[in-house]
Amino acid sequence: MSGRDAILGAVRRALKRRPDDKVARAAVEARMGAPKRGPIPARAQVGHEAQVDLFEAMAVEQSATLTRVARAEDVPGAVADYLKEHNLPPRLRAAPNPELDALPWDSQPLLTVARGRAEASDETSLTGAFAAVAETGTLMLLSGETAPTTLNFLPDTHIVMLKASEILGPYEDAWDRVRAAYGPGKLPRTVNFITGPSRTADIEQTIQLGAHGPRRLHIVLVEDGPMNRPGNGADDGP
Amino acid sequence: MPQDSPLEAAPAPARVGLFVTCLVDTMRPSVGFAAVKLLEDAGCRVEAPRAQTCCGQPAYNSGDRADTQALARQTVKAFEDFDYVVAPSGSCAAMIREHYPALLADDPAWSARAEQVAARTYELVSFLTDVRGVNAVEARFAGTVTYHDSCSGLRELGIQAQPRQLLATVQGLKLSEMQDSDVCCGFGGTFCVKYPEISNTMVGDKIDCIAKSGARTLLAGDLGCLMNMAGKLKRTGASVETRHVAEVLAGMTDSPAIGEAAKD
Amino acid sequence: MRSTARTFKENAKAAVADPQLRRALDHVKSGFIGKRAKAAARLPEFDALRDAARDIKNHTLDHLDLYLERYEQNVRANGGHVHWCATAEDARAAVLEVCQRVGAKTVTKGKSMISEEIALNDHLEAHGITPIETDLGEYIIQLRHEPPSHIIAPAVHLTKDLIEADFRKEHTQFPEGRSLSEPRDLVDEARQVLRDRFLKADVGITGANFLVAETGASVIVTNEGNGDLTQVLPKVHIVVASLEKIVPNLEDLSTILRVLARSATGQEFSTYTTVSSGPKRAEDPDGPEEYHVILLDNGRTQMLGSEFHEVLRCIRCGACMNHCPVYHAIGGHAYGWVYPGPIGAVLTPALIGVEEAGSLPNASTFCGRCESVCPMRIPLPKLMRHWREREFERHLSPAAVRYGLAAWAFLACRPALYHWLVGLEMRVLGALGRRKGRFAWLPFAGGWTRHRDFPAPQGKTFQALWAERKAGRAP
Repeated sequence: MSGRDAILGAVRRALKRRPDDKVARAAVEARMGAPKRGPIPARAQVGHEAQVDLFEAMAVEQSATLTRVARAEDVPGAVADYLKEHNLPPRLRAAPNPELDALPWDSQPLLTVARGRAEASDETSLTGAFAAVAETGTLMLLSGETAPTTLNFLPDTHIVMLKASEILGPYEDAWDRVRAAYGPGKLPRTVNFITGPSRTADIEQTIQLGAHGPRRLHIVLVEDGPMNRPGNGADDGP
Repeated sequence: MPQDSPLEAAPAPARVGLFVTCLVDTMRPSVGFAAVKLLEDAGCRVEAPRAQTCCGQPAYNSGDRADTQALARQTVKAFEDFDYVVAPSGSCAAMIREHYPALLADDPAWSARAEQVAARTYELVSFLTDVRGVNAVEARFAGTVTYHDSCSGLRELGIQAQPRQLLATVQGLKLSEMQDSDVCCGFGGTFCVKYPEISNTMVGDKIDCIAKSGARTLLAGDLGCLMNMAGKLKRTGASVETRHVAEVLAGMTDSPAIGEAAKD
Repeated sequence: MRSTARTFKENAKAAVADPQLRRALDHVKSGFIGKRAKAAARLPEFDALRDAARDIKNHTLDHLDLYLERYEQNVRANGGHVHWCATAEDARAAVLEVCQRVGAKTVTKGKSMISEEIALNDHLEAHGITPIETDLGEYIIQLRHEPPSHIIAPAVHLTKDLIEADFRKEHTQFPEGRSLSEPRDLVDEARQVLRDRFLKADVGITGANFLVAETGASVIVTNEGNGDLTQVLPKVHIVVASLEKIVPNLEDLSTILRVLARSATGQEFSTYTTVSSGPKRAEDPDGPEEYHVILLDNGRTQMLGSEFHEVLRCIRCGACMNHCPVYHAIGGHAYGWVYPGPIGAVLTPALIGVEEAGSLPNASTFCGRCESVCPMRIPLPKLMRHWREREFERHLSPAAVRYGLAAWAFLACRPALYHWLVGLEMRVLGALGRRKGRFAWLPFAGGWTRHRDFPAPQGKTFQALWAERKAGRAP
């Protein structure tokens, strides 16, 4: 008997159920077909502006830093300023993402931008985000052709360009957006929820940033306004 | 000038069966009489049926289900004719209230009887405040006390505010909270003799917290915990006195504190 | 790992006498408890989420066979492989087979309690493959050849001085005079050492906090980022997970995630929550080429449907041990096997036998603090009591305890005899103890009087005095 049959048989014996139990199957199908949300924290169910503010407050509380810029065109300048402020070399490994490619990098002649997955020697990465969850100040990054996962973990500094329109309330809204993009039940290879920079408390319970992943997580927030948000801003608060 | 008497607020007289608990019965009957006074002051008629012995926790917590069930039946039988069952112990009250129904659930002759007794069983102080509506006592106690929350009362019966509420009405008494008042003292029934080193470490931590509170008197609602803490306080030579909260609430603090020599 | 649960009492005795350990354990008390309380208080929905999380797991366990089938189907649709392993031995063999097939020399590992449970490292080493623990705490204890002492803080039993000494001994590539006295120095040095290992590893092994049936994904929740480097850099990603890790869908996952970090470390959310589905896709610039799930039973199906069913809801947050006064006193190693604290006291007898681990469910005062903080509302004291019942039924408890209980129960069930006898006994004890009010020594009470005095009884019993009072008042 295979391990599979042995285990499933043991489970069914323990549950006193036949494999063809129609009621049980229907219950599982229902839950798979129409996932129900559990209690959603009230703090996440606020208007979009409040969600953006909540995202910022929560991310900063988790030791991320955040700069707001008015337009996408301002991102290269904000990135260069951040590197300068932190005495970091003016070099970036950027995700091979057309949206990042389209930014006016010429405006920062001192900044070198390479594209692709992270190499061990890369000090700073720049990526986009798929969404962000205001509830806990959490970024949601999906792997794919334009988003190598190594960029999120190997470099010492991770800079993320996030559009305000990408900020959602609870995790469930982010999953809905993933389902809309990938189809029900389908995910990219990796979904990374990232809340602040890497940390450890393994030595005497004192929190140290930069255990293995990035020591710094910097978010450049493009205030693109609710009008650019899919599904418009009708539910926005005053 | 008319005096505020707890009696005035009390509802109709109730017949209360006092579940004395085996520890109070044997070790410190004065706690039982303090309970009787508090209950009578709250308008209850108190009886202490002689058919009671122990609630069965030592057997229950040792995995001896059959003997526990026998004791549960005995206790149910002894108390089922009372309006209420009241124990000066959160642990024994929780045993009857929270555990008897499950213990006797499979026994058709007893399950309903156990449910009924369980539903009418209370720990003393919470019975006074929550059932009899007592919000003040007439007692004096000069000194600073600290209060330990015994585990079963706290977590199984939700007793935390009630003793503090009544202690606040004792004239001359000042409550100084200790750190970690809700952490187990290490008694745990037979635990303290089965695992003496662990228990000792726990009670050691506890008396450190008691000492830091600056209180001269330690109070709690369960005699097992009190004997454990008093025994450790005495062994280390601490001058803190230990009493059951009922003694202070009843104004009956003439007898020597737990583990203290008689005053003659 | 080899169990020392049988010598729990001796282990505990040594632990409470170890001042270094007691110092280290103070960090558990001072850190975790306040942070969890704060995080819980900050989220008004916290208790409703605990109820919802409990209900999700109950539903899942009640339909476990169907969710496992669905999960497997989706892993395969993602291009991954599921290895169904009934025993620890099966699981070790399955991991080794994958490693050997790809010619692995070194394997990086994210923190995984299942890997500890199946003693994977020893098995790999015995076959010439070097496992490298990359979670900082796990790395430290691997250097010391020790098992973890806590399920989420494996090195919590150590102070920084001990870790410094280990690093100086092991990391001989660095100058001797370097500063290593601060946690920051130690973290930086470990990062430097391990970075190279990440880059060179052939296989990465992680555990899983959850397996999602809806998508065939495995989920890890970490703070360091080591689990992510472990799975994204090598050619092969192996997930070792036990079968109760299943949750139905992403909404259910989200609900349970809301209580996990808050209960564990008191964080609003852990730094990294990573949801992984199969190997890298054709268009992905990075990621593993192979993805394997080792799906382990190892005794879980025996618990399913038994009186221990509810323990299968556990999400391994560690809140029970963080709040356990017994754990605070003795630390994790005294429990003698992989899972310490209250959850260990329930799980270990199920996984290695009550004959071996019978002490663990006994070593609790039933103070109930574990249950009061468990995000999955597992009634841990009740389950420990069930083990005591099994032990008692099978006559495994010590003879002295059994006979003592039998004699006491005989008496307690005969009130008249009981009151006469204890009345006599208390008068004697009361008279003997009257002068001092306490005893420094009593026969048969060595466990008590070794460490504390025994307060003397007042003399007459309540029942005796009550009878006197009633007689006095009789009309």
